[in-house]
Order: sequence, then C-alpha cells, then structure tokens
Amino acid sequence: MATLYEGYTLCGVGPVQNSSNIGILGVEQGRDIDYVLVTDSSRSITVYKVSDQKPTGSWSVKQGQIISCPAVFNTQSQEYVVVTDDRVVRVWKEDDVNLEKAFKATVSADVLRVLSATDSEPVVLFCCGAVRFLDSLLASPQQPIEDVLTEDEIIRGEHCLYVQRFNPNTLVKHRIETEPGLSAPISFSATCRGSNIHLLYLYLNGSVYESVLPFRSSSTGAEGVQALSCSLCLSLPLGEEKLMSGAAVVLDEAHVAVIGFPHPSAGACKDYLCIWNTHFQTLQASKEMAGRIYSQLWCYSGKLYVPHGKMLSVIPFDCQKSSLAAAMGKLKQTSRSGKDFSSDIYEMLTCKNRKTCQNTFCLIFKPLQMDCSLVEDVQAEVGEFIRRAPQADLQLAAGRVALELVSRSQTDANFYPQCAFLQLLETRYLCYSVCPELLSLAMVKKDFHLCQIAFQIFSDIPEAVTCACLKAILSTPDLEMETVNLDTDSVIFMKELTQAHSRSDEEGGQLNGFCPPALESDVSDTPSNKLQRDPLSLDMSCPVGLHKGALLNEVLQTAYSDRSLLPHLKDLTVPQVIVFLQYLRFLYFKYSHDAHKQIRALRTPSISQIIDWVCLLLDAHFTVLAVAPEAKRLVFDLHKFVRSQVKLYAELGKIEGSLQVLKNSKQSEDFGMYAIQVIELF
Amino acid sequence: MGEFKVHRVRFFDYMPSGIRALAFNQDTERMAVARMDGSVEVFHCSDRFFQEKIIPGREQCGIEGLSWVGERLFSAGLNGGITEYDLTNQKVKYTIDAYGGPIWTITGNQQGTHLAVGCEDGTVKLFEVNEDQIQFERNLDRQKSRIISLSWHPSGSKIAAGMMDMIQVFNVETGHSIHRMLADRGAGTSRSKECVVWSVVYLSDGTIITGDSVGMVKLWDDQTGTLIKSHNVTKCDVLALSVSQNEDSLVAGTSEGIVVQFQFVSMVLEKDDKEWVRTRTFRNHTHDIRAVAEITTAVVSGGMDAQLVVRPLLDKIEVRSAASALRKIHFPHRRLVSCARKSGLMLFQYPGHLELWRLGESEGKGTPGSSLFVKRNPEKLLQLKVKGEDHIRCSAVSPCGGWIVYSTASTLRLYRLHCDNNNISITKISKLPKVLSSANQLCFSSDSSHLFSASAQSSVHIASLSQSGCKFVGTLKPKSGSHQAIHLLAASEDGKWLASANSDHEVHIYNLQTQKAHCTVPVYSSAVTAMGIHPATNCLFMMHADQQMFEYSIEQKQYTDWSRTVQRKGLHRFWVERDTPCLNVMFNPQNPSHVILHDMYMLCIIDQSLPLPDDKTQFYNQLTLKSLTEEQRKSQSHAFKVCKTFKDRPLHLYVCGLSEEVCFIKRLQIVPC
Repeated sequence: MATLYEGYTLCGVGPVQNSSNIGILGVEQGRDIDYVLVTDSSRSITVYKVSDQKPTGSWSVKQGQIISCPAVFNTQSQEYVVVTDDRVVRVWKEDDVNLEKAFKATVSADVLRVLSATDSEPVVLFCCGAVRFLDSLLASPQQPIEDVLTEDEIIRGEHCLYVQRFNPNTLVKHRIETEPGLSAPISFSATCRGSNIHLLYLYLNGSVYESVLPFRSSSTGAEGVQALSCSLCLSLPLGEEKLMSGAAVVLDEAHVAVIGFPHPSAGACKDYLCIWNTHFQTLQASKEMAGRIYSQLWCYSGKLYVPHGKMLSVIPFDCQKSSLAAAMGKLKQTSRSGKDFSSDIYEMLTCKNRKTCQNTFCLIFKPLQMDCSLVEDVQAEVGEFIRRAPQADLQLAAGRVALELVSRSQTDANFYPQCAFLQLLETRYLCYSVCPELLSLAMVKKDFHLCQIAFQIFSDIPEAVTCACLKAILSTPDLEMETVNLDTDSVIFMKELTQAHSRSDEEGGQLNGFCPPALESDVSDTPSNKLQRDPLSLDMSCPVGLHKGALLNEVLQTAYSDRSLLPHLKDLTVPQVIVFLQYLRFLYFKYSHDAHKQIRALRTPSISQIIDWVCLLLDAHFTVLAVAPEAKRLVFDLHKFVRSQVKLYAELGKIEGSLQVLKNSKQSEDFGMYAIQVIELF
Repeated sequence: MGEFKVHRVRFFDYMPSGIRALAFNQDTERMAVARMDGSVEVFHCSDRFFQEKIIPGREQCGIEGLSWVGERLFSAGLNGGITEYDLTNQKVKYTIDAYGGPIWTITGNQQGTHLAVGCEDGTVKLFEVNEDQIQFERNLDRQKSRIISLSWHPSGSKIAAGMMDMIQVFNVETGHSIHRMLADRGAGTSRSKECVVWSVVYLSDGTIITGDSVGMVKLWDDQTGTLIKSHNVTKCDVLALSVSQNEDSLVAGTSEGIVVQFQFVSMVLEKDDKEWVRTRTFRNHTHDIRAVAEITTAVVSGGMDAQLVVRPLLDKIEVRSAASALRKIHFPHRRLVSCARKSGLMLFQYPGHLELWRLGESEGKGTPGSSLFVKRNPEKLLQLKVKGEDHIRCSAVSPCGGWIVYSTASTLRLYRLHCDNNNISITKISKLPKVLSSANQLCFSSDSSHLFSASAQSSVHIASLSQSGCKFVGTLKPKSGSHQAIHLLAASEDGKWLASANSDHEVHIYNLQTQKAHCTVPVYSSAVTAMGIHPATNCLFMMHADQQMFEYSIEQKQYTDWSRTVQRKGLHRFWVERDTPCLNVMFNPQNPSHVILHDMYMLCIIDQSLPLPDDKTQFYNQLTLKSLTEEQRKSQSHAFKVCKTFKDRPLHLYVCGLSEEVCFIKRLQIVPC
C-alpha cells in the first residue's frame, strides 16, 4: 500500500504574472536530499531546507530580466545554474549574494532547459533540440548549435521521442505508438530502471501509457524513425467536467502520483492528489488539495511537491511494494531502492505531424541462430534481442529463449552463456515455472551468482529445489565459495554483520547502556562448568564464510510452505545441519543484539524468517541433534538463549497490567467534589 | 475479597496553617513546631516523627518564637506575651506580658537559667526561669530599632541581637553593648530598603553568623566586630538559620523555599584551619521557609507551605532505613473527621468551626473502577462556629447522629441535633456537669447513650445522655502510670469496654459496667496512632507509629495468637517503610476477619484468615491478583490488601466506617500564597 502523510507548506506561490498561469517554474533537487531549489515565475530562485521549511538562500534577477528555465544544482561543481532571457546562462555558488555578479555566458541559441542529475554533469537542452554538456558549452559559449529538429518541429508536444546518447553521440528518433485519436500527452515522467528507461505518459482522456526504452541500443537502426511501443498501464476515471490539465509522476515501478484528475469516489472535484498502483489499477492513497491546482507535480526523495492555491506543499509519501506475495503473507523482498527513479536526462519529446509508421520490429526470435554460434555470439545476440523486442513480446520470448539456451547447455557441456541468462533474468519476465531447468543447471555448473539472482527474482521455487540448492551451498567449501562473484549488496551486509560485533566490542558496550540481564542464577542444571557461559557473551564469529552466508541469506528469504519443506530438509546431512544451525544461531544472536539495524542493505532476512528456519531445522532433525555429541553445545546454547528470552518476555508480560493501569489512571481523574465509586479488592 | 462503595469527598476544605517557628530539644528528641494560627505541636523525632502533642491555637496570638528550657516549652508572640505550655495536659500553662510591645524572638540560654526576648521597643528583656514560673529580671541597653533575632553565646555571658541594618553584641553581665556591626544594604534600588537581620547564631568560638533580607549569610568576629566572610545565598531573604549541636554544620532557609547547608571543614585535607563552606542545597518547599532546625541526623524545615520537611543528612546516617527517609508532614496525625455510621453524617473539624454534612446516595450498581450515578447530592447541614478565641481541640458526632460535642481548651459544648427530613434544628445542652469543662479527646458509646470525655490526669469522665440532658455518671482512672493527656479513645460495640491511649504510649482498658480499670496493655516503645475494639471478639487492635500492629484480647488480657504470629514473623518491609502513621482502625461488619486501616495515602484491609506476607512476597499485589483467575488468586493472595487507587499526592485521606461503605475524605492541598 502507499501512504500520503500529512503535508506541510514549504513556501507561498507568488501572484501569477506570466501567461502560462504558473506560479512556479520548477522545483529541483538541491545540494542534498533535504534541499530543494524553487524557481518561481517572477524573478527569484530560493533554496529551501525541506525538513525545516526554511529558506536558506535566495537570489533574484534584475527588473526586466526573465528567468526562462528552472534553476538546477550542479552536484559536481556544487554550483547553481539558471538561464535568463533564454540565452544567458548564469552559474553561481551558495555564498554568492548577488546574481548580477555571478558568472554568466551568452550562448548562441535559445535554451529550453538545463537538466541535472546526481553525480553527472548537467546538460543544456536547446529549443532546437540540440543537447550540450554544460561545461563544454561554457568553455565556448558561442559555439554553433545544430538543429536537431526539423523546421516544423518544436519541443514538447505530440508523439515523437528523440533520444540522444552521449558517448558515442547518437540520436534515435522514436515514434510513440498509441491508439489513434489521442491528442498530445499532457504530462510525462521518465525513470531509469535496470538497463531500461521507462517513460510514462499521461493523456487528457485519463490513460497512462508506459514505454520501455533500452539504455544501450544498437548502433544500427539509428536511421529513420523507430516506432516505440506503448502499453496502457492505467486508465484514470474521468469526471463530467472537461479536463484541461493534469500531471503524473512515477514514484516507483508500481506507483504513479497523479494530480488534476478527479477522485473516483469524490465526485467531480479534481483537486486531488492520488497515488495509483499501475499493477493492480487501484487507488492507493489520496489527498484533497485546497485551492487551485496548477497541474504541476515534482517528486524528490520520498516527497511530493505540489503547488496549489497560494502555496507549495510538501507531502511525504511511502510506497510499499504491493504484490500477491504480500497478500499471501510471504513477502519476499521487503526493501527497495528508491534512488533509481530520478528523472532522466536523455529524454526529450518532440512533436511532429502525425503519420503512421509501418516500420515495426520484425525481430522475434528467429535471428537467434543459437545452434552453432559461440557463447559470446549468443550472448551478444540475446542482449540485442532483449533491447529490441517489444515489451509484450518479450515476456513470452524471454522464456522461450531461456528454455532454448538451457536445453543446449544441458546437451553441450562446453556451452554455458551465463551473461545471457543474467540478462534474461534481469528482464524480470522469467520465473521458475517458465524455465524450471535453469536453476538446476546453475547448480550443476556451480554458478552461485546466477543462483543468487534467481533466488531474488523467482518467487515460485519449489521447496525441493530450495533444499537442493541449500544442500549444494552447504556442501561447497568456503574457499571455493569466496571466489564466486556475488551481488555486492548481500556481501556487504554479511561483512557489516560480522564486523558489527567487533565494533561494539571496541566501543566497550552496547548502545543506550544496554546491559544484558543476569540470566540464570541457578546453574545447577548445567552438566559441566564449561557450559555455564552466558549465551549472550557467546563467540559471535560467523561459522561460515561471507559469500556462503550471503547465499544462505537468499535461501532464508525464499517463499516456502512448512509442510512441503520439512521432508526435503531431512535430506541434509548432520554436519550440514549443524553448520546451518550454527549460522542461524549466529544470525539470531546478532539480530537480538540489534546489529542488523545499523546496516543498510536492500535485502536482509527478517528475524521471523530466521526463527522459522531454526524451528524447521530442529523439527526435521530433532532425534539426530539430540544424540549427536557435536550438536549438544549448539542446541544447549539455543535452548538457554530462548529460555532467557522467554523469561524476559514473561517479565514484560507481568508488568503489562501495571503499565495499562498507569495509562488508564492518567485518563480517569477529576471527579469533582464528590463521587461514589466502586472499588474491588482481591 | 469483595467490592466496596467509596464516597470520594473533596469538600473537606481543611487548610493546614503555615509553620512559623521550630525548636528542637536534643535531650528528649522532641521537635516543637509553632504555626501561624498559634497552635503548637510536638513531634517525636525518634519515633518516626509522630505528632505526639497538639496544643490548639487561639485567634490572633501570632507566635513568633519558640524555645525549650530543659523540658519546658516557651513561646512569645506579637501580642507581647510569653507563654509556657503544660505539655502533660497539652494546654497553655500561663501567659505573662513582657511589656515591651510585640515580641519578635525568644531564646533560652544553654544553662537553662534565663530566657531572653527581643521586643518591638528595642529592648532585650531577660527573664529568670524559676521552678514553676518565669520572672522578669532586667533589660539590656535599649536600642533604637526593634530586636528581630537573638542568640546566646553558649557560655551564657554574651548575647548577639539582630536588628534593622545592624547586629549588636551585649554583655549579659553589664547589659551594655560590646560591639555594633553594620549590615550592608542591598545594591541598587534596594539600597533605600532597610536590611533586616532575620536570624543570628552565636557560636562558642566567638563567630556570629547572620542571615538577612539582602540574601547574605555573613560571618562576624565578636572580638573585633568585623566581617570575616559573606556568602550570597539568594536574591531574596535568608529567613532562618540553625547550627548543629557540635557547631560543624549550619543550615539557612530562604524565602525562595530552599535550604542551604554550610559546613565547617578544613580546606586542606588533614589540616586544622577550617572554614565555613557552602555544601548542599535542598529544595523541598514551594514557599518561604520560616524556620529550620538541624537535628542529629536531619535538617528539619517548615514554612508558609505548611509542610514540615525532614531531610536526612545521609553522611550522618549509618544504616539507611525507613526511619531515615525524606519525610514530608502535611496534615495532623489526628482524625479531624468523625462519622455517624448509622445516619450517614460526617463532622468536619476546622480550627474555628465545625461542619456537618450528609453524604449523598447512589443508585444502581457499577463495575469496579466506575463511578455510580449520584441520586442525591451531599448536603451541608450545619456550620457551627466556636464561641471565644480558642480553637477546637477535639470533636465527635454520635453514631446515631443525634449528638454533637466539641471541646476547646476552655469549654466543652454538647448539642442535641434534631433531623427530620429537611428540618435541622440544634439545641445546646446547658448545665453540663462541672467535670465536663474541657476534654482532650471525646467519644460516644456505640448506642449513643454515653459520652466519654478524656480529661486531666489520664482520667475519663462518663456522662449519660438522654432527652432530658446530660448527667455525670462517673470517672475512670488508671490504676497507676503517667498522667499524660489521652489522645485516643475507643469504645466497644457491646458497650462493655473502653480503651484509652495516652502520649506515654500507655493503653488502659476499663470495664464500663463496673466503671473500674480492667487492665493495661503492655507498654510498647512507639506511640499508638489508632486503635479499635473488634465488635465480635472484643479484641483491641492497635496501630503504632513504627507501623507495628498488635491485637490484644481484652477478655483474656493477653495478645491474641494472630498478633503473636505477626510479631514472630515480622511485617513486610514495604509495610514498615511507609512514612505516614495509620489513622484509623475499623472492622468489616460483614466479615469479622477483616480489619480496615488507612493512612494518608492508602487504604488497607487486613484479612486475618490469610497467610502473612514475608519479605519475598510481592506486597502490593492487587494488580497482579486482578489479572489472575480465581484459582490462582488463592495461592497468591496474602493478608494485606492495599488499595492505593486514591493516591494522588499530596492528599488528605481519612476513611470513616459507614455501615457498609467506605468513605474517603480527601482534598488536594492548597498552599497559601
């Protein structure tokens, strides 16, 4: 589910002066995520610290000058950039007071926008369609600017997408293929996701289309206009009134924020900010915005910026990943990165007279002549295919390609196109049932990287296969495992987890002065002195290597059902069970010390997943563990630790009543001068 | 255990009076406290600060100073008189006029031979303390301004006097001034205001310490008459000073409500040159501190917020115990409320008047914790103003609600109350028997047919009450023992027995049928704070200031088995550590094994049929029991059922037994500004 939190006002919106009826030219990300740069349509640029709702700097241009595009912050040089009077580029630093004294350069053509992205040089987009890096432009401001657009084209309008790439400089023209009869999109938003650019268009009829554009397209096909297929991902309800404007912004892969369209159940009023889920076409959250809406919407680092009425409001939001798995209670992936949804600098839309384009991809999977080609050739071809195949086709095709490749790999021992498999996996169109042999093939080839990615992406791995993989992981020696190339995020998590202990030791204590309770005063039940250790002070060294741990974490996060997993778990040998249990104990102790909370990682097993696995493992091998002498210590430690926790919770349970009464007693007071009450004594 | 209906009454508007003076008697360990309303109280410092004696005040007597001379207690006030108290009978012994206008201060020398008073007319008057009186001896040199404070040199040869803007040191022999030391006025605008030397202390090494209205504590040398050192303690007044017995510690109370301690310590370790150094600050008061006293192990302070604060000095305490905890005494350790059980009336005793209220009635039943619908509101039936200037010492309403009696130091008045429906009429009974001229404690028999009046010499007079009036029946006298005033009386339900307790901790039991002393309960070291006779077994249940409890069978003249068990097993630590005494003992008519007790903060029902808690048991277990099932409760519950639901400190909790209901009378303390 997505949530819109209580918003707050960042600043006022000045009186509308220009013809576009827009009070704010733009909101851009400032020097870090807490700062935004607001360019208003009068003559000023203000930097706000969002959390404080306070301006930290403001600049304005002289009377008679006009700011012609929103100011941006160049994160590389820590400078602000704005264009005034269409051609004058001004660059200044935070501590410059006067904009007039700042550096300025007059360029030879009208500038449309300056676009900036984190950790890259800003680019300047000219009205004629040309794009330059800012630093190269400023090096020679009067350089000639070529016309990318043909004469009858102007930027922003209908139906054509021009993609320009740097390094090598290429220009690809795409035609957006939508239903006939649609006018120009009124709003669009682009995000980079994986190796693709996702474009989202909003039309006045309420349809939201999505196009996917690969990052690296082939150098061929640059000639002419390519068609770009769109898929309808959302149909917004329309009210009775005719809509004039609206705006949409992509929040993550499943959520879109829309403003200016009516709320489905609130009647004709269109002053709503809504978050829609494009996967399930459901309204996730909405908020009524007071005052006039300008059909402008920006999104930076978890906050939506909406000008409405006479103010610019900041509305924090939160989108949780919604999936059927979540609905089933077995959520595979709990965290996600919100960073790659920044607006992209490569896009621009151009307008051209409408003309149908016959020229479509004829490429399905015929060109993949896989039978005889080398691994490298196959990989290149698969990459090309993924880039060029239309989305709808890709879903079907990816599975077939994968099947084809797996079957060839099985027959030909020398053939194993790992990169191709990874590319196919990254399309996220594969799942276990589409290509069941892939995972076992990877196991045979000891390709643990592929296994890891598959574990992350597949949500339908059968328990038997999970167990087989677990067995393979556990039986592989650590030394061999360390050479495997794994997802860095998971390895970093393991590294931090194993280091967290030593760090807290160095600090000489726990956070907040936490002091582990004295567990057992009566140690008479312990068989030997050796075992009278405090479980909390156990050696917290990780029993397995980092990479093995990272892979085991992936196994822990798979979805499973207890009943079907249990028989397969019995296949594990006793040493394997003990190692795995030791690792789980390590995780459990670590988690009990809250070590994991200090680590920022995308995918981490949850404490309940760990405990579920401990229980399952104990259930499956109870008799063996009970008699195996080497397991005794382990089981004893676990038992003791759990007992101490049970004791703690029992104590907490005891004071619950008291706390409740404390809470109630605060509410019930003041009976006036006289009251007759009933008390009960026990 | 059961449900109880509780009347939460907040209209008992009793306001304790501010504390004006303190005097500590090292030998007897008694602390005398004088209040603004003229009442004098005596606390026993080693018996949990139990308020042993109360001598009610009078209108406009305005005590300014208190002083012990040996075991005799003197006070002086703005009415110009010096008063000696009869502590045995808890009344004023005599008052003589000093003829010097209002008296600001009184102090006795350590030798116990003389009293010095400082008067408005600028004289220091010396009085010789005789066997049974005091006699004016002479004046010291008369000064131009009033004498605010006085302190004898421990040798008795010199006196330091604090005045406006100066301090004078007198030679007692000659009566002449030896030194005159000028106190600086405050800086700035307060320059025009006189500096009042509120307090002075004369040490044996010749150091004179003063506290003044500029906020300074100053040390002077009496040899040279010069200032040695001055400490700025506060921006406002330093109102009171007190030095410890061995002169190594000094406390100063200020009008900001803080107490500052100074200690005489050597600046370099193991060297002998000592200095007075400011060491600690105590903030326990909300208003002006008018009096401080340093006793053996604690600092006692009192002021306008009417509470007596006993702040232990932890460096002087060897064992930390309940006796050494911080103690705040807000309200008298006496019952100021009496109930007519059978008619639902309550009599509130204020210093100058009595109020009679009828409790409200509720309708329907409620779940525990809920308030019931009040069908009839409580009603104030009567307000009875005291004739004369004396304040009320004790009062009682008869169980039937037909009689009201009260006594001041000089008179006793008995009223017949007629109460039919809404018509209240009251008749004063004239021609009382002569012996009923004044009482220390009053009590009606349970059938309201007799009045018991505790009188001088620990005796109790009996008067029978009838429609025609009041008739003297006889006097009960203890066989032997002390003649201290009786502060508690308890009559048995069947009218056969009467128990009395006096401030020497003696409990006498009389047989009312023979009007003879029946027996005396073995004397316990701590004062009796409350007692009651069980209606079914005729056992006397006594609570003591150290929180011990005894049950004594009157018929068998010995402690009951239960009482012996309690003494053998000991009481729970939490019970013993409570810091206010139990003020009432009642019994549950439905269940003879229930004894109902209460102190200022809690109500406790002791179920004598249940096991006693030991120190390992959870003492305050009501919340735990509440969460358990009926079966589990049986194994968990113990004899002490403590209800602290009504604990919103500071409050005044009195519980009265009504036929089946418990009644809490409480009010939030209102501090005078």
